Amino acid sequence: MIQADLTVILPEIVLALYAMAALLGAVYTGKDRLAGPLVWSTAALLAVLAFWIGSSPAGTQTAFGGMFIDDGFSRFAKVALLLGAAAVLLIGQEYMARRGMLRFEYPILVALSAVGMMMMVSAGDLMALYMGLELQSLALYVVAAMRRDSVKSTEAGLKYFVLGALSSGLLLYGASLVYGFAGTTKFAGIIQVAEQGHMSIGMLFGLVFMISGLAFKVSAVPFHMWTPDVYEGSPTPVTAFFATAPKVAAMGLFARVLHDAFGGAIADWQQVIVVLSVLSMFLGAIAAIGQRDIKRLMAFSSIAHMGYAMIGLAAGTEAGISAMLVYLAIYVTMNIGTFSFILMLEKDGKPVTDILALNQFAAREPGKALAVLVLMFSLAGVPPMLGFFAKLGVWKAGVDAGLMGLVIASAVASVIGAFYYLRIVFYMYFGTGEGDVEAKGSPVLAVALMASAAMMLVGVVYQFGIDGAAAAAAATLVN
Amino acid sequence: METILLFAPLVGAVICGFGHKFIGEKAATITATALLFLSALLSWITFLSFDGVTETIKILRWIESGSLATDWAIRLDRLTAIMLIVITTVSSLVHLYSFGYMDHDPQWKEGESYKPRFFAYLSFFTFAMLMLVTSDNLVQMFFGWEGVGVASYLLIGFYYRKPSANAAAMKAFIVNRVGDFGFALGIFGLFFLTDSINLGDIFAAAPTLAETQVSFLWTEWNAANLLAFLLFVGAMGKSAQLLLHTWLPDAMEGPTPVSALIHAATMVTAGVFLVCRMSPLMEFAPEATAFITVLGAATAFFAATIGLVQNDIKRVIAYSTCSQLGYMFVAAGVGMYSAAMFHLFTHAFFKAMLFLGAGSVIHAMHHEQDMRNYGALRKKIPYTFWAMMIGTLAITGVGIPLTHIGFAGFLSKDAIIESAYAGGSMFGFWALVLAAFMTSFYSWRLMFLTFYGEARGDKHTHDHAHESPMVMLIPLGVLGLGAIFSGMLWYGSFFGHADQVGKFYGIPVAEAAAEAHGEATAGDYAGDEHHYAFVGEPGEGALYIAPDNHVLEDAHAAPKWVKVSPFIAMLGGLALAYLFYIVNPSLPKRLAKQQRPLYLFLLNKWYFDEIYDAIFVKPAVALGRLFWKKGDGKTIDGFLNGLAMGIVPFFTRLAGRAQSGYIFTYAFWMVLGIAALVTWMSIGGGAH
Repeated sequence: MIQADLTVILPEIVLALYAMAALLGAVYTGKDRLAGPLVWSTAALLAVLAFWIGSSPAGTQTAFGGMFIDDGFSRFAKVALLLGAAAVLLIGQEYMARRGMLRFEYPILVALSAVGMMMMVSAGDLMALYMGLELQSLALYVVAAMRRDSVKSTEAGLKYFVLGALSSGLLLYGASLVYGFAGTTKFAGIIQVAEQGHMSIGMLFGLVFMISGLAFKVSAVPFHMWTPDVYEGSPTPVTAFFATAPKVAAMGLFARVLHDAFGGAIADWQQVIVVLSVLSMFLGAIAAIGQRDIKRLMAFSSIAHMGYAMIGLAAGTEAGISAMLVYLAIYVTMNIGTFSFILMLEKDGKPVTDILALNQFAAREPGKALAVLVLMFSLAGVPPMLGFFAKLGVWKAGVDAGLMGLVIASAVASVIGAFYYLRIVFYMYFGTGEGDVEAKGSPVLAVALMASAAMMLVGVVYQFGIDGAAAAAAATLVN
Repeated sequence: METILLFAPLVGAVICGFGHKFIGEKAATITATALLFLSALLSWITFLSFDGVTETIKILRWIESGSLATDWAIRLDRLTAIMLIVITTVSSLVHLYSFGYMDHDPQWKEGESYKPRFFAYLSFFTFAMLMLVTSDNLVQMFFGWEGVGVASYLLIGFYYRKPSANAAAMKAFIVNRVGDFGFALGIFGLFFLTDSINLGDIFAAAPTLAETQVSFLWTEWNAANLLAFLLFVGAMGKSAQLLLHTWLPDAMEGPTPVSALIHAATMVTAGVFLVCRMSPLMEFAPEATAFITVLGAATAFFAATIGLVQNDIKRVIAYSTCSQLGYMFVAAGVGMYSAAMFHLFTHAFFKAMLFLGAGSVIHAMHHEQDMRNYGALRKKIPYTFWAMMIGTLAITGVGIPLTHIGFAGFLSKDAIIESAYAGGSMFGFWALVLAAFMTSFYSWRLMFLTFYGEARGDKHTHDHAHESPMVMLIPLGVLGLGAIFSGMLWYGSFFGHADQVGKFYGIPVAEAAAEAHGEATAGDYAGDEHHYAFVGEPGEGALYIAPDNHVLEDAHAAPKWVKVSPFIAMLGGLALAYLFYIVNPSLPKRLAKQQRPLYLFLLNKWYFDEIYDAIFVKPAVALGRLFWKKGDGKTIDGFLNGLAMGIVPFFTRLAGRAQSGYIFTYAFWMVLGIAALVTWMSIGGGAH
């Protein structure tokens, strides 16, 4: 019996064992001198795991009495987050090494948080949920404060930790309420109690608290406040990590809880998600306008994007989940490209994050400027870039689910949000005044930037099979 | 052959318009012209070898949508054949003429390329016009109809640096919109009632339509009358009939060859063609045709009165065109479609000739167009003078009364006037006779002011007046032949004995029952023993003439005074013009002073433009300004600007301030958020 359970959870075990072995090995041998090779080996392992999970046979398996679920949905999310994490490790390696930030703990912590994330999207029980969430979060608190000598970085880590603890408290409180009223921690048991229109008020409270805790992880308004500060204070590669894989995991967990545990009471949570979604989209769009720091700007951008992804969640349908997964995959791809670009920016060897420094960038680096233009258009959702089709997908799901008001609001928000993406393009091409930023860095960055931009264009014609995979994944979650 | 004929101008337009950068201007323009001459040659072969039997040549399957299914096809019958030669002949000659006229146009700077564009537009126009006349269904015809409209717009506004030319182009286009709206409604109506847009089906359904009632604008109408009227509204716009005529004089802003081709010989006659083409419908729509007769006669009279006092040489001819189109509509209105086509045919020659002649004068006088600055040009430009003389003799209708010998206009115009009399429209008859008198007067006035008397205006210009080059004179010569002989040669076919006319159009003719017809008009032509009637079904042959339509025979039997009256009117006009402009040139001025209100009324074209300006243009502009300034500018832009520059930045600042950097603020927001959510859910949510 235990052997069957372990087979199901084998990828997570492999990654966890790798992380612990690497930690011990590095501590007793070369320490930070091993950081470079560790980054590469961790990225390679993450990619191999992604390939392994992606190519494993279809079908749903559960382990440990239903606490852990391995289904199409979790596999899709795992592939996306593992590839995202691997890519982020690679693009950040050179940046950190050059600035002396590359410690051997970094790849190990990323690997551990990846284990947590994999746990999150596979959770089939409130305890598994919390375990995954905390494993992921604890690793992230530490990497946020990677630069121990930087006030900003430590401040970011501390803020994230304190607020994260608060959100964990909310989540735990919600979970205990749900447990108290349902009598079980298993999603499969909760769903039988949480019926549409017949939920007890305690259960409802539990649901709202859990949603709030999860909303913190996806940085949905009004639980978003930590995002800009943490994004700004953390080292840029860490910011890139925050903006990609954990978002996929948190949204995956969100969908998992809402559908597996509360799938019988869609109308009850739908309105909460709608409110969170609208607030996130508008705040993300409006607050980003005031930002000159590109990392803060990307923080608000990610808040807005989570708002759009939540439209798919709010739809409460299979098409909605499918659209949300596609949205997340495209979002991760765009962000990897954009952060590759941000990682390149420097002046006299120091990183630059002021967007005004981009003035006339196109004249100096036409190729990279063009790639960034494509990415910005895609982030803004301008057709024919892939970002537009991501939005179109969630809108269609929203309209089909009868959420016309939400879709219209999100269209308005995307128009407002287009401003700051286009402003970056404007500075690059038409900005007056001397911009003096240079784009340096390893070839990995340029490759990631170009590949990401190319995918935004090619994806319009050929979507690498994501549509089909997402639809199949959604089908296993919603039933 | 027909296909080559049809598409040669399009090929020419494409090569000339897009290819001139590769093959050079000269080669491009020559290619376009050569292709048109080819087209013209094939048209004449088609016309002369045509046996009167309607043919349909399918080119491709065009529309397949529900019950709407139609081919792109050529309907080749006599009407088409006539139009083919008119269009391609005039067009090829105008192409040739343009080599001379458009050379060194003062509107353009040295080295600017404008000729290929001009030739491409001309060729494109020709293609669209051919599409119009060869169409087998109404949508295809509408395509050609709009195509010529576009070409006309482009060519009127060819001198796009002149604001007046742009305004005229827009005016032509917009006024035509009104007519086209009627035409489109007519097509919709026909499709609605007959479920087909193919001419054959519509013609066959015409008798049924006459007995159908249809509700339109909250009123019951007879379907045939309503549809015929709607189609005629389209014709009114294109053919510049009264109420929708205002664009034609302004269209003279275009280069003169354009005026000759589009605004005299071909496009403006499309309306007449449409009415003749729809003759099976018209024959079942007595009220609509009565309206056509009255409106045509009114236009003929009205335009002629304005022509009396205009000073711009091209405007005189433009009003003359407008007036002659009125003649054609009268003929069509009384059911004598053949006479309408006859006049269309001859008019194309002499009116194109007058325009090209006027162009030659303008060319000689360095683009001076005011006749008051002409005079005594006879010796300076003799060939042009003779060409204009032939044109004038033709338009005023010089010939030997009561015979069939005379210039082209003599035969065709008299045919119309006799038809109007025979058709029983006394208003039409007298209006046309008076118009003939005025036609003669203004045509001779033009001749006398231009070529006789003393040289007036700029002396330098007169000294340098020179005859035009051969490329401009050859077209004049060819058209001159047409203006002299086309009437005499084809009189029999268009307006001869019923037998001959029937054979020409492919309509079966039978001897009519003498008693039914004989009693009504027995007194007038007791000597004539053979009564014929056209007996074809609607759609058989090029025209449909109802068996009870005897206008042709009645016209032949008209009293002698009727037949002579246009000739007398012509002589009167000539005599008056001679008196005014040769014998005593001070008379017109004194008369104008004496009859000042009348003179101003005519000079200002019956104040039509002013009235339209007040009724339609000003309110439309005011409404447009309202929507633009208040609606778009203030409301929409203001709203968005307010949002984008006021409200959004306000919230941006607010969001920035909320982001204080203190953990307690952030935690406070989270707690506030969850408190709000919990409150909302427990009060408004689905809790139990």
